[in-house]
Amino acid sequence: MAVVNLQTLSKNEDLLTGGHRACAGCTGSNILRQIMLTAGRDTVVGGATGCMEVVTTIFPYTAWKTPFIHSAFENCAATVSGAETAYRALKKRGELPVPREQINFIAFGGDGGTYDIGLQSLSGAMERGHNMLYVCYDNEAYMNTGIQRSGATPFGAHTSTAPAGKVKQGKDRHRKDLTKIMVAHNIPYVAQTTPFHWKDLQMKVRKALDVEGPAFLNILMPCTVGWGFDPALGMELAKMATECNFWPLFEVENGEYKLTYKPKADRTPIEEWLKTQVRFKHLFKPGNEGLIVEIQRWVDDEQRKLLKLCGEA
Amino acid sequence: MKQIYVGLTGNEAVATAFKQARPHVAPAFPITPQTEMMHKFADFVADGVVDTEMILVESEHSAMSAAIGSAATGARTFTATSSAGFALMWEVVYIAASLRLPICMPVVNRALSGNINIHNDHSDAMGGRDAGWIQLWCENTQEAYDHALMCWRIAEHKDVRLPVMINYDGFIISHTAESLHILPDEDAWKFIGPKDLKTGYSLLDMDHPITVGPLDLTDYYFEHKVSQIEALKRAPKYIAEVYKEFGQLTGRHYSFFEEYRTDDADLVIVALGSTAGTAKDVIDAQREKGVKVGLLKIHMFRPFPAVELAKALSKAKVVGVMDKSASFGGWGGPLFNEIRSALYDLPARPKIHNWIYGLGGRDTDTKQIVSLIEQLQAIAKGREAETVNLLGVRL
Ligand SMILES: Cc1ncc(C[n+]2csc(CCOP(=O)(O)OP(=O)(O)O)c2C)c(N)n1
Repeated sequence: MAVVNLQTLSKNEDLLTGGHRACAGCTGSNILRQIMLTAGRDTVVGGATGCMEVVTTIFPYTAWKTPFIHSAFENCAATVSGAETAYRALKKRGELPVPREQINFIAFGGDGGTYDIGLQSLSGAMERGHNMLYVCYDNEAYMNTGIQRSGATPFGAHTSTAPAGKVKQGKDRHRKDLTKIMVAHNIPYVAQTTPFHWKDLQMKVRKALDVEGPAFLNILMPCTVGWGFDPALGMELAKMATECNFWPLFEVENGEYKLTYKPKADRTPIEEWLKTQVRFKHLFKPGNEGLIVEIQRWVDDEQRKLLKLCGEA
Repeated sequence: MKQIYVGLTGNEAVATAFKQARPHVAPAFPITPQTEMMHKFADFVADGVVDTEMILVESEHSAMSAAIGSAATGARTFTATSSAGFALMWEVVYIAASLRLPICMPVVNRALSGNINIHNDHSDAMGGRDAGWIQLWCENTQEAYDHALMCWRIAEHKDVRLPVMINYDGFIISHTAESLHILPDEDAWKFIGPKDLKTGYSLLDMDHPITVGPLDLTDYYFEHKVSQIEALKRAPKYIAEVYKEFGQLTGRHYSFFEEYRTDDADLVIVALGSTAGTAKDVIDAQREKGVKVGLLKIHMFRPFPAVELAKALSKAKVVGVMDKSASFGGWGGPLFNEIRSALYDLPARPKIHNWIYGLGGRDTDTKQIVSLIEQLQAIAKGREAETVNLLGVRL
């Protein structure tokens, strides 16, 4: 089994340089750096249009020390599947530009580029069985274009296209469960994690890269601008999302669910988490108590289902 | 050089040429009338005749995206499409050219929706004419095969490095068996040559990592577009070279456009694709009757050989441009607009009129072309006529 520890990781080269243009307190760049620490230099990275691509590749600069490709918003999985196939084709004929026995292929996209517009190309790439890891950094809205709602935006959140106003109270649907959609593709490895749980994240990246075939990671990415919190608190919020069961940590290896972090019996009420973010502020207005109750009901429901799948209930 | 005389459909002929090019990767998604071309190619792969990795994607958008990912590694890459498939690709078709990737793609021309129609016209290719690709057009199966061989040399030339689109008419060429000459595999391979990975960039050059497709702001985007414009300006020189070398090899000589009986022609028809073949027959018959009519058939529509075309057409009295696509709300079809613009700077301009014809596969028979020539004759004699006309439509 794959092992990661701080000692080895601290010696690994940082493959995403500082000086990129991410916002102060962005947890996304941290996610990318953590992934790259484990993946190492022989990695081809593809990025969907979105915050992380935009802040790391402003021409003539690039923050990437590994090969990187961006072509469009919704096609990252397809683009990387082309590169991965070409790698196999060139290797077969002994025509690689520089010989490499093993190259990692990692595609990443935001929740908009993954849950929504990119879902088709992601689904296609997973179904075809490319040897690649797709990472969704889920900040729960289209942040790059100004915080519009996505299929990952949670119920009740205020966004610029589903705002809280006089008669509407933010998004009126719960988010779709992309992780389970990926599980339904019967790929060898699917998992959910956060950058706060660095060891959990690194282990999952390692496993995802080690399996033969496609793997998918969904990583919660607290967004200081889109969620509205003090830039110092990103990791704190990632941690809290897990403590209140809003973002449980689990993995699915060949269809077998496993909880990788056991929630406490007296889990943090969702209210505590909602309170930390401006996007949920309106939920605390008199008359909106029912919305918080609804969110708690949904979280508890989802958690119950997950525990059952993990054989914990 | 010894060639093989065979009977093949246009799609089979192009698949054969692509097999001979030994591509590394071919993403594919079906759409009529392109389908048969990928079926044939898949047969070659299944029989081990060629070791191309096919990627059977879930959409044309992903086909072009995967082609981009593949070509960015330096792998020889093609895909193919038609109509709605091309339209779905459109966003990424532009990106392929921006990244200067030598992807080759037959567009087996078919009408665009709506209403849905599977038959031939040129609306699909014309919708993407400004995407930055080289666009070559073919009259018949032989030309489709020949261009499917030559496109690699053009696309991969170090001073070009642009994607190339080969257009041939859906069903009329794609599904019609014709006799043609093909090269033996080894000779075709010798002509096309292996893809040279040492030139250009590769996403898989792990020792020299590069960032492909970064964010361009106001400070660089324009200059990057200029580099594309310049690459397209350079392309004709190399296209001419490839045409010449191919002519010496096969005896089939191509140029940016073909002039058929135009030497002393007062009336000249301009057309793309298979209609040129029909027009040639009509022109032969009209010549018998003493009508001085000729044809100019365009092979290279992008980059557009404006200066050469203007020169070739300068001797005509009346030019009739045939457009197999409409430009909704525009004044005349795309080909008409290009040609009319090219003629503008001539000291003495021929009259020029446009006929929109054949939309959605409406058969373009000899009678229609005879009627067009009669109209050109009348215009030459001074009769007033509409600038933009329709041909073969029920009114
Ligand atoms: C086809 C297309 N539609 C829309 C856009 C505009 N666009 C660029 S990034 C983006 C949002 C990205 O959101 P997400 O994927 O959640 O990533 P984030 O910006 O939050 O990191 C949108 C809508 C685009 N580039 N392409």
